[in-house]
Amino acid sequence: MPRAATVVRLAALALLVAFLTKPQSFAPLFAPLTQYGAPPIYDQGNLLQLALAQLGTVCLAAAASSLVAVGLGILVTRPSGAQFLPLSRTLVNIGQTFPPVAVLAVAVPLVGFGEKPTLIALFAYGLLPIFENTLVGLRTCPPAVLEAASGMGMSARQRLLSVELPLATPLILEGIRLSLVINVGTATIGSTVAAKGLGEVIIAGLLSSNTAFILQGGLLTGLMAILLYDGLAALERRLLRPVTLD
Amino acid sequence: MIAVENLSKRYGETTVVDGVSLTVERHSITAIVGTSGSGKSTLLRMINRLVEPTSGRVLIDGRDTRAEPAYLLRRRIGYVIQGHGLFPHRTVAENIATVPRLLGWNERRIGARVRELLEVFALDPATYAGALPHQLSGGQQQRVGVARALAAEPLVLLMDEPFGALDPIIRAKAQDDLLDIQRRFGTTVVLVTHDMDEAFRLGSKVAVMSGGRLLQCDRPAVLLTRPADPFVSRLTGLADRAMRLLSLVTAGEAALPGASDGPAVAPTTSLREVLSELVWSGADSARVIDVDGTVRGRLTVAAILARGRP
Amino acid sequence: MSGAQLRAVRVSGASLTRVDPLGAVLVAAGAAALLFLPFVVFKSNRIVPGDPRSLIQVLPAWGAFGCAALLAMSALAALWVTDARVRLMLALAGIAAVALAAAAAGDALTPPGDRIVRIAPGGAFWVLMVCLGLFATDATTRLKPGPAVRVLFLAASLALAGVALAHGTFDHLSVMREYAVNAERFAREARQHLKLAFGSLAAAALIGLPLGVLCHRAPRLRPAVLTTLNVIQTIPAIALFGILMAPLGALAAAVPLADRLGIRGIGAAPAVVALFLYSLLPIVANTVAGLKRVSRAAVEAAHGMGMTSWQVLTKVELVLALPVILTGVRVVLVQNIGMVTVAALIGGGGLGAFVFQGIGQTAIDLVLLGAIPIVTLAFSAALTLDALVEVLDRVKA
Repeated sequence: MPRAATVVRLAALALLVAFLTKPQSFAPLFAPLTQYGAPPIYDQGNLLQLALAQLGTVCLAAAASSLVAVGLGILVTRPSGAQFLPLSRTLVNIGQTFPPVAVLAVAVPLVGFGEKPTLIALFAYGLLPIFENTLVGLRTCPPAVLEAASGMGMSARQRLLSVELPLATPLILEGIRLSLVINVGTATIGSTVAAKGLGEVIIAGLLSSNTAFILQGGLLTGLMAILLYDGLAALERRLLRPVTLD
Repeated sequence: MIAVENLSKRYGETTVVDGVSLTVERHSITAIVGTSGSGKSTLLRMINRLVEPTSGRVLIDGRDTRAEPAYLLRRRIGYVIQGHGLFPHRTVAENIATVPRLLGWNERRIGARVRELLEVFALDPATYAGALPHQLSGGQQQRVGVARALAAEPLVLLMDEPFGALDPIIRAKAQDDLLDIQRRFGTTVVLVTHDMDEAFRLGSKVAVMSGGRLLQCDRPAVLLTRPADPFVSRLTGLADRAMRLLSLVTAGEAALPGASDGPAVAPTTSLREVLSELVWSGADSARVIDVDGTVRGRLTVAAILARGRP
Repeated sequence: MSGAQLRAVRVSGASLTRVDPLGAVLVAAGAAALLFLPFVVFKSNRIVPGDPRSLIQVLPAWGAFGCAALLAMSALAALWVTDARVRLMLALAGIAAVALAAAAAGDALTPPGDRIVRIAPGGAFWVLMVCLGLFATDATTRLKPGPAVRVLFLAASLALAGVALAHGTFDHLSVMREYAVNAERFAREARQHLKLAFGSLAAAALIGLPLGVLCHRAPRLRPAVLTTLNVIQTIPAIALFGILMAPLGALAAAVPLADRLGIRGIGAAPAVVALFLYSLLPIVANTVAGLKRVSRAAVEAAHGMGMTSWQVLTKVELVLALPVILTGVRVVLVQNIGMVTVAALIGGGGLGAFVFQGIGQTAIDLVLLGAIPIVTLAFSAALTLDALVEVLDRVKA
């Protein structure tokens, strides 16, 4: 079973790379979807560059939101920040009711068109899953373990760094992966405010009624999201594999 | 030696520990017993300052525990809790190495100590050093918990219901192990339990607490024969106090010169068990015989019964 | 003086000197915004960049004084008052004051009869609203209101806002100017928005519930179904809408009946289908999780009492799993209300039409005309369903 999964993964990755580097070789596949001799493959920009731009925007936003969300999560679970905890949990709940498009639309008047509103929307929207998972991770550390850590003479800082955070790491990483996947999808909407990305291909398809464009833009984005999620999960399993002494 | 002097803990209007004074001799085991809410855990946790006392003080070998930051104090005191509290993300070896690492021991010394402890606790280092806590059985996890607490060679070991989560057979084994280890390392142990049998079995002294106050702290036999308070005799059990008393004396200690053709018992057997054996076999005396076959004397029913009276 | 008295004095002394940290942050942000950001922006028409005006410049002296006094009281409460009820009341008073000040500014700056100038709320307005909103949220959180109180509070706030809007209080503000121009279309798009969000939810519930029960009864089916639905979630909404246009368009061309029923490549059909597909995962997954949570003993007891399989399912299992299933419905509804916005891109209509039209024309007022109702809808749906889940959970306990 794991071997079959690996084959599927590698095949998907190969497909993505092949499509991005040699899109024209897929033209016959998409040709039946076009009408009146419209181009079957997006020709107003380089697909690879668009994909990389989108990935860059998403990763930059995710890095920023991870930093802020994990920091906030740590802050409100310390005794000194405890009084912010109920408010921050309510805010997480409220925040999740904001549709990403609305965040994007509201960001435009503040910072203008282009990458910036997309970055802001992705940053804001990515905060929530990471913050929530950090909170859950830090708050569900077994009390006996925390008691043992203090009882053995760890300072508050040592306890945080060598017990609480390592125990919360799987959940925090899960949150980061979740927010990355949501953001890869949301970033396509960023193209409506002129951010570079595969959304451009989809919008172009919508404007010219070219289903081939829509399909390739959507498939590439979906593939990217799945591979990103899956790849991070695999990396996580590798990195978090327990290390033995000696 | 641990000297607890007039120690109190209050939360608002409620007093959890009320003016407790107590001396724990070096190299001894003191068991603190009491009903839940009697303040026994709080008293224990004030010794390593997981709970800061409201008033009073604790001296360890004449030194006030407040003379240094709490976390430095705790590195010199072993601490074992119910449910062991092992770090689930660290291997057995890393768990045991926690305090030595905090103290900055070099890796060679840490490695040697970890191996020594694993062997003492009958855990093969090759199999268990790299295992994660969840891969161990309940009894093994508990042993690792104790090994971790002893890693930095503490002079004092505090235990809060350490065997509470174990089933009876594993618990008896763990208690025997603790006695062995305490003898081997000469550690001073303070142990909190609500199990009277455990307290009587392990404690060279037993401290009885109720409502935050220390009612009596003495040798188990004294608790039975001269209880300082009706609550003490209720807690130690009125119905089977004679049998408890018998269980505190071994056949070797009570054996009298003379021969017997009754059943053979080892000198380490408690009088309670000898009596049970005599009742079962219908004999009226038992032979006390060493492992190597030397006869140490005999025990008659009458002699045993005499030991069960104050 | 006795010890208790001494302690009492020390406590009250401490409360005078100890500043609420959240309050301090909010007051600092609000004050800075009032000082350095415009309260409203005056635009001589819809598109030109505006001309910033501060609170004092736009209100008559007594109005500015009244508003500032209320804000100062909110600030004092935020800093020092510990009683959550007082904090909440003053936060709400602050919100009302800021909203009314903006309305008054609109009235004052608009020349009589003029329909071209735009008075848009400025940075200071938004920062103050966010700060006061956080302040009110914090106070509400501290009060821990029950589900009924929360819903009533929401209803009262919405009713109050509705009355103010109907009365024309905010008519001179730019967003309401956009509304006045688009009033008829707004009602249509709002209805369409709700129809799309609730329609796809209903379809997903109709299919998802039996599918969830099936997955629960046939565990071998579960991984395949859930993985498929998970993969669908990763396709960006905008792409899924587009991808569905082709087959639906083909269907309309081939089957005239479908066309007459409104199933076409562009418009609402692909949006509904896409939203339906997205909605399946939370409903199926939560149905499975809810059924799994039902205690085996209850099910066995029901069988033991002679209930038929169907009776056990409908009278015991589904009833006990209801709170978890409803949580899935809440996720879907909130998600749908947000995602319908994107449907406007493929001609599906809904309030997103204003958002994208606004983005296209760089008309922020138009964006807000779409975005504010969407956020309000999503927030109200989340709050109401959360309260419902809580009530059901409490009944079970």
